[in-house]
Amino acid sequence: MNTQVVNIINNLNIKGQTIKFFDFFKDPSKVFKTIGIPILSIAMFLVIWNAVASQIKTSLGQVPGPAHVYQQIITLYGEHVEERNKETAFYERQEKRNAKKLEKNPDAKVKIRPYTGKETFFDQVITSIVTVITGFLLASLIAIPIGIICGLSTTLYSALNPLIQTFKPISPLAWLPIVTMIVSAVYISDDPMFDKSFLNSAITVMLCCMWPTIINTTVGVSTIDKDLINVSRVLRLGWMTNVIKIVLPSSIPMMFAGLRVSLGIGWMVLIAAEMLAQNPGLGKFVWDEFQNGSSNSLARIMVAVVAIGLIGFLLDRVMLLLQKSVSWDKSAIIR
Amino acid sequence: MNHLEISQVAMEFETPTGPFVALDNVNLTIAKGEFVSLIGHSGCGKSTVLNIVAGLYQATTGGVILDGKEVNEPGPDRGVVFQNHSLLPWLTAYENVELAVKQVFTGKKSKAEMKEWILHNLELVHMSHAIDKRPSEISGGMKQRVGIARALAMEPKVLLMDEPFGALDALTRAHMQDSLIEIQARLKNTVIMITHDVDEAVLLSDRIVMMTNGPSATVGEILPVDLPRPRDRVQLAGNKQYNEYRAEVLKFLYERQRKIEPVPAISSEKKKAKSDDEEIAA
Repeated sequence: MNTQVVNIINNLNIKGQTIKFFDFFKDPSKVFKTIGIPILSIAMFLVIWNAVASQIKTSLGQVPGPAHVYQQIITLYGEHVEERNKETAFYERQEKRNAKKLEKNPDAKVKIRPYTGKETFFDQVITSIVTVITGFLLASLIAIPIGIICGLSTTLYSALNPLIQTFKPISPLAWLPIVTMIVSAVYISDDPMFDKSFLNSAITVMLCCMWPTIINTTVGVSTIDKDLINVSRVLRLGWMTNVIKIVLPSSIPMMFAGLRVSLGIGWMVLIAAEMLAQNPGLGKFVWDEFQNGSSNSLARIMVAVVAIGLIGFLLDRVMLLLQKSVSWDKSAIIR
Repeated sequence: MNHLEISQVAMEFETPTGPFVALDNVNLTIAKGEFVSLIGHSGCGKSTVLNIVAGLYQATTGGVILDGKEVNEPGPDRGVVFQNHSLLPWLTAYENVELAVKQVFTGKKSKAEMKEWILHNLELVHMSHAIDKRPSEISGGMKQRVGIARALAMEPKVLLMDEPFGALDALTRAHMQDSLIEIQARLKNTVIMITHDVDEAVLLSDRIVMMTNGPSATVGEILPVDLPRPRDRVQLAGNKQYNEYRAEVLKFLYERQRKIEPVPAISSEKKKAKSDDEEIAA
């Protein structure tokens, strides 16, 4: 075997510790703990799901069990591949036609029309992820600076705190109509860079998910070790240097706790917003399937539900990795 | 002109039960290059005096004059060595000192000069071997060394040390004191050091300022320590004069300013249980 591959396998990084790969398998109790237990619990969950689902009958037929849902995943993937093939075929046809046209008359105007087929499940997943990340980044860009100034200045804190506390509990469903109206009034462009529906969803996500980051950053900044503040005062650090060298590093753990809650909220909000506003994304997929009402609809909705859960989990893992990479305290246990 | 003058300083803190007078009428004049220790019981306001000189606190009345200028804000001309090192945990030893050096010498020294100055100061405290280590990777004594290097690197007119070795074990402390004697001999800084340790005060100081107990603490007695330098702890241990100085400080602390604090007979947990009982009884 290639030595490089052997090295990689030998030094797999498990739970932050480098454990020799083959040693790892020599210890059966460890193998069971890190791999066996999660697999067992998932298996148990699937069994219970199957048992309960078979007991419930709805107007759309029986509640689907894991097997039915799995079958729909395959179907949805098949539909996706088929749709892509259609799209390629569509563009190929256009190109051939245009080529013929140009052969006859080199001055002829040719056009490529965009494909307007149905968005598949996987397209919707991508749309939702892009939207939530956009909304979350916008929210973070606003929330972190506000959190920092609120943490540094008690005056600004008392000025902004009532507003923050009032805006925080507002449901995305209440924001959505307002955002929709304002976006369609303000964002007028002949050649729009973004779809209005994308902006509506992203802005709603932003409005709902910035609050935990603001609050956590404020708390993180206002609880910096007093000695470090004194160091900053003795050195007469400027405002920016103080923020970059002292405030930001010491509030990173709290800030990330907030960012992770924010991203989780943003993801939940997005699905609701897409559902209500019929903006493209997973929420719309769920609603469309619900309206469709075929015998497969429930299973297809459950595919979406599982996907929503897994993506939410994945987003949190990404944030965790990001936190690990920017955190100065590599020994801290971050979970 | 006096180098450093603490003049009629009083300090009141607002508390829920009315103002608390921590210091009253503290007067002290310190010459350039002098090593002065402040000694006294816990809570007598030693740290408050130091913080006022540092500019971290504002005296309620009176003030501090350094080289003819009144002190009313913190600044790098008064380098502070904090009790628990206060290094930035996300920066290496080098970067911690660098932060101070950049702040003081940007525009005055070139980049290469600054680098050399940082390394020089770390060498002064014998930390050249660990310049790329973070505070969490080095021992308590080493952290305090970096803290001293950071303060010294600012080229302060006065070095203020708030129980710099209080958190260290006895052997490390002795080692650090020796280092400080050596540094002081080379740089001849003006130093104000707070300490609880009588031996430390006698070993290091030119004068020992003994403070009375609070509230309204003030300077009780000042003891000039007239021992030849360089001082060596082993030789001094048998020195008659050294022991007299020690006895003098001990007498002040444990006879004239004896702190009458009832020794808690019951542990705090039991006390809590007792007060709970009382609550139930009431």
